[in-house]
Amino acid sequence: MKTWRLIFIFLLLLPLCAVAQEAPDTEVDLDMDEYLYGHVRDSYEWHITTVNGKPVSIPLPVIVISKTGKGLRVFSSKHLEEGEYQGFRIAESGKYENKIVEAGPDGSEIRPWDFSITKNVLGLLINSALLLFIVLGTARWYRRHDATQEAPKGGVGIMEMLVTMVEDDIIKDCVGEDYRKYSPYLLTAFFFIFINNLMGIVPFFPGGANVTGNIAVTLVLALFTFFTVNIFGNKHYWKDILWPDVPTWLKVPVPLMPAIEIIGMFTKPFSLMVRLFANILAGHFMILGVVAVIFLTAKMGAAVNGGLSAVAVILGVFMDCLELLVAFIQAYVFTMLSAVFIGLSRQKAETD
Amino acid sequence: MSLITPDFGLLVWMTLIFGIVFFVLAKWGFPMIIDSVQKRADRINDSIRQAREAEEKLRNLASEQAAIVEDARKEQSRILKEAANARDKMVEQAKVQAQDEASKILEQARVQIAAEKESALRDIRKEVALLSVNVAEKVLRKELDSGNEQDGLVGRFIDELRS
Repeated sequence: MKTWRLIFIFLLLLPLCAVAQEAPDTEVDLDMDEYLYGHVRDSYEWHITTVNGKPVSIPLPVIVISKTGKGLRVFSSKHLEEGEYQGFRIAESGKYENKIVEAGPDGSEIRPWDFSITKNVLGLLINSALLLFIVLGTARWYRRHDATQEAPKGGVGIMEMLVTMVEDDIIKDCVGEDYRKYSPYLLTAFFFIFINNLMGIVPFFPGGANVTGNIAVTLVLALFTFFTVNIFGNKHYWKDILWPDVPTWLKVPVPLMPAIEIIGMFTKPFSLMVRLFANILAGHFMILGVVAVIFLTAKMGAAVNGGLSAVAVILGVFMDCLELLVAFIQAYVFTMLSAVFIGLSRQKAETD
Repeated sequence: MSLITPDFGLLVWMTLIFGIVFFVLAKWGFPMIIDSVQKRADRINDSIRQAREAEEKLRNLASEQAAIVEDARKEQSRILKEAANARDKMVEQAKVQAQDEASKILEQARVQIAAEKESALRDIRKEVALLSVNVAEKVLRKELDSGNEQDGLVGRFIDELRS
């Protein structure tokens, strides 16, 4: 009860803060596009905050291989802030907007091979390191303790709960018989997605990179599932694709069903890719949108701004909780569908 | 729009990072956890099964015990009955035997008495014969004091012997 009262008082005080900070010279129109996309897209630097109009950001290494014969170049992205550096610059518009381009011989923009450690790559590295730390730490507990004699507590206990949940509820049920072979991949996928989703919700530095809301990341994850399904698929799986149990005229002379099945092979991972990408991206947009209300209403006076800010904060809390749920659900769904697809590819022919 | 075009560099990095994470976790991470948890689950299942078995055994043991007691009681009564029977039989037998023995002894005694009597009679007879001979001798001696008589007697004796 006391906490709620404190929160209420705090919310009442919010308009006053807004009044206090409302200085006429810092009034800048919020560029909604830049605000939204700037937060969710990949970038060559990690923008942390802006102090007195100056951006505070971590410059990241740019690694490019030129297509115009300049070879491999590695430099800090802070050189790109002022414009061109060593013939490379960040395109401001056009096809390669916000990407590093170099000038071609005819003055056109050419995209070099770009292996820069971008915000998302760094985010991936940080989150992966965190994941490795957590999982290997958990594994270490089991190596040091006799699990048959005692049960873990605390963090290891939570990890055990999650691992057994994924293992028992998803993998065992969906893959079927020889699920053991696949459980390392599916568990890795689950925890990888989960931790990246969670870190994406954290609004400040080590988190905040929109990793799983990036289509390249989800594409790779989907490809891993695709290859796992198709490489380990059994004879029955391929027979079902190339010669399914349907009336013959659906297969010969026009291979209608096989064509549909083959398209299905690709739509499955495609749906995995788009589902995760779109859900996380949409979640980020929603939270950013709710927070933007505070800044958008700054010009409408203290009362409106204060009231709407309070609403935005409440809504933001709600959205963050929702995103926590989505972070889990999306990891769960991706893993479960991967397991289902694997299970389908392992199905034995029905014995009549 | 750049949002839905996967960036090549990021693809490469993501593949590399995820591949490494997958490799490391699949080798040193998850199998360890899964195996340990599985081991514990197995152990718990085992323990529960054993406990149930023990309980079952205990229950069986109680009924077994009751059965044994029941058996023992039955056996006891049977043995008692048998013992009583045996005793009765033995007493009966002993009685019969005793009677037999008694009659046998009586018989023997009777036979012995008869034999004794016989021998006593014989002795008496012998004694009487001797006595009578003695008496006859004495009588004869007295009669033979006269010579005629002696001759007469000797003649008689010789006649007697001839005939």
